[in-house]
Amino acid sequence: MADREKKKGTAIITNQVMLSEGIYSMWLEFPETGDVAASAVPGQFISMYSQDGSMLLPRPISICEIDREERLLRVVYRVAGKGTEEFSKKKAGDIIEVVGPLGNGFSKREGKSILIGGGIGIPPMLALAKSLKGEVSIVLGYRDNNLFLKEEFEPYGNLYIATDDGSAGTKGTVIDAVIENHLAADVIYACGPLPMLRGVKAYAAENKIAAQVSMEERMACGIGACLGCVCRSKEIDGHSNVKNKRVCKDGPVFDAQEIEL
Amino acid sequence: MDLSVNFAGVTMKNPVTTASGTFGSGAEYSEFVDLSKLGAVTTKGVSSVPWEGNPTPRICETYGGMLNAIGLQNPGADVFVKRDIPFLKKYDTRIIVNICGRTTEEYVEVVKRLAAEPVDLLEINISCPNVKAGGIAFGQDPKFVEKITDEIKQSAKQPVIMKLSPNVTDIGEVAKAAEAGGADAVSLINTLTGMKIDIHKRTFALANKTGGMSGPSVKPVAVRMVYQVANAVKIPILGMGGICTAEDALEFIMAGATMVAVGTANFHNPTATTDIIQGITDFMEQNKVTDIRELIGCVK
Repeated sequence: MADREKKKGTAIITNQVMLSEGIYSMWLEFPETGDVAASAVPGQFISMYSQDGSMLLPRPISICEIDREERLLRVVYRVAGKGTEEFSKKKAGDIIEVVGPLGNGFSKREGKSILIGGGIGIPPMLALAKSLKGEVSIVLGYRDNNLFLKEEFEPYGNLYIATDDGSAGTKGTVIDAVIENHLAADVIYACGPLPMLRGVKAYAAENKIAAQVSMEERMACGIGACLGCVCRSKEIDGHSNVKNKRVCKDGPVFDAQEIEL
Repeated sequence: MDLSVNFAGVTMKNPVTTASGTFGSGAEYSEFVDLSKLGAVTTKGVSSVPWEGNPTPRICETYGGMLNAIGLQNPGADVFVKRDIPFLKKYDTRIIVNICGRTTEEYVEVVKRLAAEPVDLLEINISCPNVKAGGIAFGQDPKFVEKITDEIKQSAKQPVIMKLSPNVTDIGEVAKAAEAGGADAVSLINTLTGMKIDIHKRTFALANKTGGMSGPSVKPVAVRMVYQVANAVKIPILGMGGICTAEDALEFIMAGATMVAVGTANFHNPTATTDIIQGITDFMEQNKVTDIRELIGCVK
């Protein structure tokens, strides 16, 4: 009687390359669960599992690209610990256990849009950039001139760069770049570190622009059961009945004004 | 082959349930497993009013396990009764409702609220290491355990399982106190209090500083405690602590547990519960065991 449409399945790595120091790009195909790529939308993530029994929890990794025709998904991730280090050593033909796609992605809105990605929050914005129509500005924030994925964004909008050290584009934050380039929009989509998302939320509120932000939090189950990865919500949430929303299940993409950052 | 067990007067089709807090009320995992295949679903702890829980980070991984400090976030008994019980009633499984509170009165309030509900058993959490009031403070004092068990039993319409903490000197003494207070069963172990330091940030990995340790790395401690309690009391035991495979589950059963709960393993393998039931069936078949009751407490 249950709708058992989800399962942990084996994905085959079709390609993996290092984009820059510690940042890897991996393409996956899903022979067991063929509809994974077909059902994925920009902003969702997949749970990737280590094969080392000492690491039990899945690593939630955002989807960078969706190739529906070839039924492939791409993830671009940073090596942040032993689990992601294990993933980074895999080669084409190797397998990896995956659950997904999980969570809610971006809701595309009409009008002019600004896509903002910061650091390892940049990859999920590529899938979105490829799927948006109309006037699109893309603002990417990096630490330095190690501009991974930049060229891949170029065909999909007017591209602006901000760097912490000023070695490329605007010296400063992504919001500094938005202001410097007089970018106007009806909606902002953003993924990146918390201070960046706070800046996006404040800028959007000030300029009366809708904003959707993708959140990150330590997760255990990844499917909404354990309540490990909550964020604070402005109003009492319908599911939790308190001012908490689950990043994995209710997000990771939220309307910026409905959550506390 | 008979996998059914009688647990505190309730017949279960098999001895496998879920560990409270790892499985919500089953809705999320019902997308992965048929809940009707489980002996029972044990829900996340429910309190009389909604609880917000602790700040994040609430989770961190440890070697062969994890720490959590959720802080018993839950929507409160009203939402639970209206939404989660009807959901679970759609399935052919038993319902064990885990109850938490800050005071004896709060526990009793939830027990009374559930009296007329189609719930099979109550599991009383007197052992959560992550909340200041209630929780573990109650579970470490045998005298208090006897008293709160007695008070809950006076209001309870369903059999009562007292969930015990491993963070005690002698868990056998606490189990005896629960039995003396009238408990119909005990469940153990809740999580072990632990801590992780993030050396790069020079701070605690969890916002709560400490958390409850679970996962396969705690299993030998849990098996030992189940054995110890099995030798201390006559009431049945719901055993848990790091069960990931059928072999793990069978260790608990042979040590004296009538039922077992699968917790952290769900995060690693969303079908861990049904995989374990299948594995127990396979073991019984291979070893020509026709009735699982032959295995309960068979290691003396």
